[in-house]
Amino acid sequence: MITVENLTKRYGGFTAVDDISFEVRPGSVVGFLGPNGAGKSTAMRMMTGLTPPTSGRATILGQPYRDLHNPGRQVGVMLDASAQHPGRTGREVLRVAAVSIGVSKARVEEALALVGLTDEEAGRRVRNYSLGMRQRLGIAAALLGEPQVLVLDEPANGLDPQGIHWMRGLLRRFADGGGTVLLSSHLLHEVQIVADDLVMIGRGRIVAMGSKEELLSRGGTSVSSTDDARLAGLLQAADVPVSRTGSGLVVEAEPRVVGEIAARESIVLLELRSGGSEGLEEMFLGLTAATSREGDAA
Amino acid sequence: MSTDTSLSTPAVGGGSAAPAGAPTALPGRPGVPFARTLQAEVRKMVDTRAGRWMVIVMAALTVLILAAFVLWGPETDATLANLLQIATLPLALLLPVIGIMAATAEWTQRTGLVTFTLEPRRGRVVLAKALGALALGLVVTAVAFAAAALATVASSGTWDLEAAAAGGLVLALLIYVLQGVAFGLLFLNTPVAIVTVLVLPTAWTIATQVFSSLADVGRWLDLDSVTRPLFDGEMAGQDWAQLGTGVGFWVLLPLAIGTWRVLTREVK
Repeated sequence: MITVENLTKRYGGFTAVDDISFEVRPGSVVGFLGPNGAGKSTAMRMMTGLTPPTSGRATILGQPYRDLHNPGRQVGVMLDASAQHPGRTGREVLRVAAVSIGVSKARVEEALALVGLTDEEAGRRVRNYSLGMRQRLGIAAALLGEPQVLVLDEPANGLDPQGIHWMRGLLRRFADGGGTVLLSSHLLHEVQIVADDLVMIGRGRIVAMGSKEELLSRGGTSVSSTDDARLAGLLQAADVPVSRTGSGLVVEAEPRVVGEIAARESIVLLELRSGGSEGLEEMFLGLTAATSREGDAA
Repeated sequence: MSTDTSLSTPAVGGGSAAPAGAPTALPGRPGVPFARTLQAEVRKMVDTRAGRWMVIVMAALTVLILAAFVLWGPETDATLANLLQIATLPLALLLPVIGIMAATAEWTQRTGLVTFTLEPRRGRVVLAKALGALALGLVVTAVAFAAAALATVASSGTWDLEAAAAGGLVLALLIYVLQGVAFGLLFLNTPVAIVTVLVLPTAWTIATQVFSSLADVGRWLDLDSVTRPLFDGEMAGQDWAQLGTGVGFWVLLPLAIGTWRVLTREVK
């Protein structure tokens, strides 16, 4: 389980991650989707104790990362597949990690087999690895300690379509065994294949979250009001499914239903519209365009 | 399904309701037992080509210099103490590099992303690196001692090594290793650290010789001159004080600043 509460990171006047909150539950593969520079990597570094947050907090399995006992046994982390010493062989990279985590050499071979690196490939120096092989090695390192949680930054980057489907199978099995997976991607089609649920982030803020189907169809109604929390509670009380986004609520009901409830309870609506017109793809493209104009940050 | 708490932190995934007995963290003290961190750090110093060759080159240089001396050197000088001084000449220059590479690799190759997620308490990683580099320095020094002893036998020289000289030599070499670690941590960049370690103290030595006003300060702050009595095994009262200030300035100060940098720096 990963819990992120009001996590914020500012660099001088630039806000890389802006007050994001979400929880990833066990048994799920969640895609952290956003264009380059949206704050995904910064958020993941804060979750794993590498970057101190400006405010807010993140916990994994109920504890701040830095307080975890033998973190490698509990959380598998891969933040950059290319961040490996080029002079070590793939097997040696895992053996060093195994010493630190406290697992056997036999487990190293298991992990290599798990990600489909052959004996010959494992004996090669990382310098001679393709990006796809580095990704597999990074995932093997993350799985080495048989953790309950995986935090993977751009794990599908550099994989061929076959590799992406392989990864889906691997992560699905991991989640079905009760594991929690958070993986990031800047490619919608990639994350569509691998993840079941999505948290979408743009310019440091969460812009949408929920199950993939729900977000992709986006048939619901978008609403924002002066008191979203109260409105959400009222909608739930009326058995209307509601989910929270960065900018308000998404409700699976006609705008009329929402409007009536708001009127009855005297909640001031700021926005009420059918969300069908704005698909996830469109939203994502909009985000990408907006951020790429501002240049690549972080 | 959603509750008030899940609204304050919206949840995703696990639609089929959270499984009974949600997973909890393993009990135990934060981080990894120090012995394992130390073992991993030592392993990382010699498992790359660069690291392994550093050690091999140092050992080979020592042996070569000694062999050359035994073959062509003046026979009268072939005492163990002399041979040892000659053997350790290249070590004083190269041992800091072991420390530097240990300290900088996490940042230049970005392996810190892995190292500091496996052991988030970075201070212990720094300590493991320093102790590991010192241990490796001791191994290389032991090789130099053995080679010097062999050379003494080969040239049927005198066994004149005093405990004070031997101890002083080991201490001096360890100071150089630690200086490497310190500068590595300070700059977190291998070339800059190597150049600085080699050039800066020498530049300081030259400066103290050129400007006579600096000479008094130099006696206290010149790492070369404060370690010279150590190599000679002739440490007296003031020598220790000067060694203290020299090491404080060239080793402990950069070590402290460098450690602080590693502890507070964002790992990217």
